[in-house]
Amino acid sequence: MSGFAKHHKKLERNVTLLGLAAFVTVAIGGIVEIAPLFWIDNTIEKVEGVRPYTPLELAGRNIYIREGCYSCHSQMVRPFRDEVERYGHYSLAAESMYDHPFQWGSKRTGPDLARVGGRYSDEWHVQHLIDPRSVVPESIMPPYAFLAEKDLKAGDMVKHLTAQRRVGVPYTEEAIAAANDDLMAQADPTASTTDLEKRYPKAQVRDFDGDPDRLTEMDALVAYLQMIGTLVNFEAGEAQEQPR
Amino acid sequence: MDTLLLKAGGWLAIVFFAFIAMVLAADAGFAVHMAIIALAAGIALWVTINKADYAAIGRGILKAPADPGIYDDDPIRWGVIATIFWGIAGFLVGLIIALQLAFPILNLNFEYTTFGRLRPLHTSAVIFAFGGNALIATSYYVVQRTCRARLAFPGLARFVFWGYQLFIVLAATGYLMGVTQSKEYAEPEWYVDLWLTIVWLCYAAVFIGTIVRRSEPHIYVANWFYLSFILTIAMLHVVNGLSMPVSLLGSKSYAAFAGVQDALTQWWYGHNAVGFFLTAGFLAMMYYFVPKQAERPVYSYRLSIIHFWSLIFLYIWAGPHHLHYTALPDWAQTLGMVFSVVLWMPSWGGMINGLMTLNGAWDKIRTDPIIRMMVLALAFYGMSTFEGPMMSIKAVNSLSHYTDWTIGHVHSGALGWNGMITFACLYYLVPRLWGKERLYSLRMVNWHFWLATLGIVLYAASMWVAGIMQGLMWREYGDDGYLVYAFSEVVSAMLPMYLIRAAGGLLYLAGAIVLVYNVWMTIAGKQREEKPMTETPYDEAADKPIVGKPAIEPAE
Repeated sequence: MSGFAKHHKKLERNVTLLGLAAFVTVAIGGIVEIAPLFWIDNTIEKVEGVRPYTPLELAGRNIYIREGCYSCHSQMVRPFRDEVERYGHYSLAAESMYDHPFQWGSKRTGPDLARVGGRYSDEWHVQHLIDPRSVVPESIMPPYAFLAEKDLKAGDMVKHLTAQRRVGVPYTEEAIAAANDDLMAQADPTASTTDLEKRYPKAQVRDFDGDPDRLTEMDALVAYLQMIGTLVNFEAGEAQEQPR
Repeated sequence: MDTLLLKAGGWLAIVFFAFIAMVLAADAGFAVHMAIIALAAGIALWVTINKADYAAIGRGILKAPADPGIYDDDPIRWGVIATIFWGIAGFLVGLIIALQLAFPILNLNFEYTTFGRLRPLHTSAVIFAFGGNALIATSYYVVQRTCRARLAFPGLARFVFWGYQLFIVLAATGYLMGVTQSKEYAEPEWYVDLWLTIVWLCYAAVFIGTIVRRSEPHIYVANWFYLSFILTIAMLHVVNGLSMPVSLLGSKSYAAFAGVQDALTQWWYGHNAVGFFLTAGFLAMMYYFVPKQAERPVYSYRLSIIHFWSLIFLYIWAGPHHLHYTALPDWAQTLGMVFSVVLWMPSWGGMINGLMTLNGAWDKIRTDPIIRMMVLALAFYGMSTFEGPMMSIKAVNSLSHYTDWTIGHVHSGALGWNGMITFACLYYLVPRLWGKERLYSLRMVNWHFWLATLGIVLYAASMWVAGIMQGLMWREYGDDGYLVYAFSEVVSAMLPMYLIRAAGGLLYLAGAIVLVYNVWMTIAGKQREEKPMTETPYDEAADKPIVGKPAIEPAE
């Protein structure tokens, strides 16, 4: 019997040693690959414009999560010519730095949504969510008409923002205290939103679902969809040289 | 008596707290889940009290058989039934969502039946409910036989079974109600994750405890694989499940990590759910049941050592290949790709060790449909562990990622390897566990084999074509320098492929229904009168010496 098999006999006769050796063996890969991502600075290069979600956007994102949209939609444009031309600028790490959890997705049964913000009108989104095939005949997306009928019951947004801050999203005390008001104000055309817009630059303030009297789940989801991928100004990074 | 009071009191307390939590719940999903927990604890309470009063009823449910001379097989019998039940449920939901992609009207315009909510129900039902129950049941069976010892902690072993079913019910109902973290294959929310952690640690205690009590000096190779599967899944589940609940009385939580870090943690988990749940655990099944059914020893002891350690070491690194060309740093992507390609070797080590075990018994592929299933499973294991490394090469991945090729790849592994090896083990186990002479029908096993095989072929082939077509159409440029196809045109081009895939799924489900009938009749004690699988023809007329002219003239 060769040497290594003889040594292996020791492991085979001792479940503590075997378990320990197996655990160390499987722990190495994760430690080497994942741990450095938390302390290598250029993992997420700082980008101007990225901010935490407004309470309404967060509530919309929670609906996106609840409905399992990641099953069919990615939010990660890869740096290929066809993807950049189809969807827009490739995704940056910083753009999802406040995404708990990330929603990059792994399948495109439907198109990527990383740059969907501002691409269609609110009315298009509402109509598309209610009956996808009325605007895209080839679509195989499920209808989400119930979103327009259900009042938004996001829960206590103060608690949501507090939980977000506990996992590292930099919401200020002031933003947390105002969370429930901000949630209502963003979709209310009559509300005063100066503070909201100061706290969340580029926040889009309007009624989203076409029914200004009610705050529905549709308002929240469309508010979220309309802001995805819009925070970073990519025009500033366009080529400077003019074609001759 | 004291322990009985303690146990009953404990269950009562859980009923009580779950009820309070239900009343105070922040959202409807959490309230329903607390009601389910209260109900489950109520049943456990009833059973606990009953056990004291009617020892005969309770013994089977809560205690090991009194005779120390027999193995503790009750939880294994339940596990076999649960495996089949969840398998049918999972395949059925899979077929439904496959049809939803072809006919979106099947989403029924109803919030609880949309593709987005049913898809995690399908994946969790087949991986964790079907696969998980198969793993728990077979590990209880194998560890007792290979250690020549009864299960350690019989009460805990039963708790693991029922606790795991509660986890499945909570997860499944959660998805339908929209209670999900939307992390692929780790969708259950924080409190369901916590529950699974408790159940899993108890499972580890039962398994390791049984090994400690073994009568055999050596720990058999199947148990190495089960052990590494149990330990690694515990590690992956705990780290990836870290999250911050919004309220202790609500279902919603936010994942501890964000963006890039969350992505890699998730795929470190996700890929090793494949690597350890669907590979290491099922290789353990292979290492016991293939030699048993073939009545041959494992081909190479040394190969099993090498491939065990290299497999568990390498698998963990492969996660980043799910994130090629994303915002994950390049170094991590490349590392993931290299390890994924290297992983091909230990994977094939396992396949070779399984297939070569049939050395000297190859004829059984012809005569024994159970062996035939095992060989097909190993063949699919080999194919998908070649396909996987190939798809993890960045250049290939740039085409295959986000397409249905991935879905085809997963299913050739899941239907071919995990499904077929599980069916083979079930066919092995059922007559033995229920003390029957043989299965109801071997010919039905053969029918199951061909239905499933044909189903897999349709499934995998259509998804390969679909995926490659999709990838090519997305990147197709015309002479004018513009993209040729709108996204919606690619969607409509998929329809024929989606139909073929659904047909494949239907065949696979049909095969599983044949299994249900066969197992049902076997447990009922029936034996089908049928021709044996092979009959060597016998011709009486030819069975005599030739008299008359000898072919060779005798020498003079």
